[in-house]
Amino acid sequence: MEKAYLGVDIGSISTKGVVLDADNNILASDYLWTEGDPIGATKRLAKSLEQQLDAGRHQIVASGTTGSARKLVGAMLGAVVVKNEITAHAVGTTTLYPDVRTIFEIGGQDSKIILIENGVVVDYAMNTLCAAGTGSFLSSQARRLGVKVEEFGEIALKSKNPAAIAARCTVFAESDLVHKAQIGYSKTDIIAGLCRAVVLNYLNNVGKGKKIAGPIVFQGGVSKNAGVRAAFEKETGLPVIVDPNGHLMGAFGVAILARRSGRESPFNADVADMEFVTRASNCGQCANNCERILVYREGVLIDAWGNRCERGAIRVK
Amino acid sequence: MPVTRTVQAPLPRDAKISFPQFASYGIAMEHLVQRGLDMAFVMPPRMTRRTLEVGARYSPDSVCAPFKLNLGCFLECIELGADTLIQTGGTCRLGYYGELHEQILRDLGKDIRFVNFAACDFSNPKTFVDEFRQLKPDLNLKRFTAAAIQAVRMVNAIDEVDALIRRRIGFVGDPSLLDHIHGRWLEQLRHADGLKQIEQLRRSTIRTIEALPIDMPRHPIRVGIVGEFFTVMDPFSNHEIERELGRMGVLVERWMDISNCLYHYRGRKMLPRIKGYAHYDMGATAMGTIDAALRYAKAGFDGIIHVKSAGCTPEIDAIPALQNISADYRIPILYLSYDTQTSEAGLQTRLEAFYDMISMRKEAQQ
Repeated sequence: MEKAYLGVDIGSISTKGVVLDADNNILASDYLWTEGDPIGATKRLAKSLEQQLDAGRHQIVASGTTGSARKLVGAMLGAVVVKNEITAHAVGTTTLYPDVRTIFEIGGQDSKIILIENGVVVDYAMNTLCAAGTGSFLSSQARRLGVKVEEFGEIALKSKNPAAIAARCTVFAESDLVHKAQIGYSKTDIIAGLCRAVVLNYLNNVGKGKKIAGPIVFQGGVSKNAGVRAAFEKETGLPVIVDPNGHLMGAFGVAILARRSGRESPFNADVADMEFVTRASNCGQCANNCERILVYREGVLIDAWGNRCERGAIRVK
Repeated sequence: MPVTRTVQAPLPRDAKISFPQFASYGIAMEHLVQRGLDMAFVMPPRMTRRTLEVGARYSPDSVCAPFKLNLGCFLECIELGADTLIQTGGTCRLGYYGELHEQILRDLGKDIRFVNFAACDFSNPKTFVDEFRQLKPDLNLKRFTAAAIQAVRMVNAIDEVDALIRRRIGFVGDPSLLDHIHGRWLEQLRHADGLKQIEQLRRSTIRTIEALPIDMPRHPIRVGIVGEFFTVMDPFSNHEIERELGRMGVLVERWMDISNCLYHYRGRKMLPRIKGYAHYDMGATAMGTIDAALRYAKAGFDGIIHVKSAGCTPEIDAIPALQNISADYRIPILYLSYDTQTSEAGLQTRLEAFYDMISMRKEAQQ
């Protein structure tokens, strides 16, 4: 029986999972929509990965979680590592591309830039309050234009004259888009303009004041959009690498971290059939009224968090 | 009701005075009012999400979080019976906040006296004495001065103990032990009578903390925290960032506290030191931020965290200087902006990632 490691990245929009062997080869992977239900998505993911895996040959001995639901899903899977997405992405990318200097990452709701020197993260930044220039912005504009977001990239590449679209803010971008469409720009040029707007927004906000050096690796869901990639290359003047597994990089990174942690906690594929329930409970012992989240597996409390002081702590027996 | 003007009317004997909560400094304010003015002080309750909620509800949306918290505190103090509220001035928009707070409270129909010290000059204590004299014409100057000196000493002692805790909390076996000591220290200090008692308490508390066994690596990860006056000092405002870093095993330094601002915030000394990064005083605590950041960078700290409330202009002005320091000394800086968000997830992600980054970097260097 060979050891395998599970990494799960539960983002706002999509849930990604990979199973690696000890040499970082991907044994199984999947990418599915979170649909606002991280527990359900994780169950579907577990089922899918289990089906891909040769149960007689590989046994998952440790799992790690990352992404915005990492804590919840970490409790669910009994993860040995629960890591933020910046570290997970950096570890994943530097494993595959040891020379990488800059990572662009644009996901569904957030975007980040990670700067690397000699394989070590030296600086990073995340978008702050605003989701302009992220995947969800592109999806909503695609709906408006009646085009599938998956086709955006190919369409954008055909444009010779991308429409200028304000990149500062989603609301401005949208009114610009409507205006350009009404005065007669072709959809192709508008889509190319949108891709460029995403890139400009990213470089002006997330990449502000950062020294961008190559090699650049671009990942996250939006990296699948060839139009955005081309716009990045044009604006930075540097080649931009998109790994075929770029969308899995966070999961890949956290699986590696789970292996490196040296801790083992065999993964039980039965999670797919177990009942997980979360319950929100307000502490109520002072005016702060902390919102606590309690996680139950088959009716038994397995984890709880959210309280700011000891008084509101819920002990798991 | 219009806002009351310039000359302060004398306070009635039974006035119940209050001042917005700010870190642990309420103790000193209470001492000054009770001992110096011989008047009742209403201690504002510990800030909670409710404070923020009620404060934000009646504040302009784009105003900074400290304004909202102050307003929330005022409203909570009024509930507890305070009828006289004090607001100070400051070297940023804070100078106008008193009037705005007063107007909002009046518009809400609150029948309170509002004492605004905005016209006082922090570098000239006499201006404060004059103000207090208007409030209390029969002010016993000797008594007031003694109480003021004790209050300042209390502030110094609070700062000293806090600084020690920041350096140790990451390395004691059980951080709740330090919380316990800290809580007891503040409770005892609150009832301290005279300089001698304050000094005894300070000494015994420091001894107790220093006696706690610590397990510190030879080269611990060191992080300097800089930023805007209120948010950087107030643990509720910054979501207890220092404690969070301590939990990760980080040695935390913060220059900015009331004592240092009082004794060591001198532009003529700071400007020459930071002249490579700023030529002018950009107001409020921007110079102190740049000066401290530069010092941490030169001292080889592993990282700097810049803390401010969203929209704080002087601190926004300081950011380009910090970026230059970061590039010149190759020291990572994490920029955090706080508003009324209560979700800890975003902050947690950024802090954890920052910790991972500086610890991996340190490992690679060694």
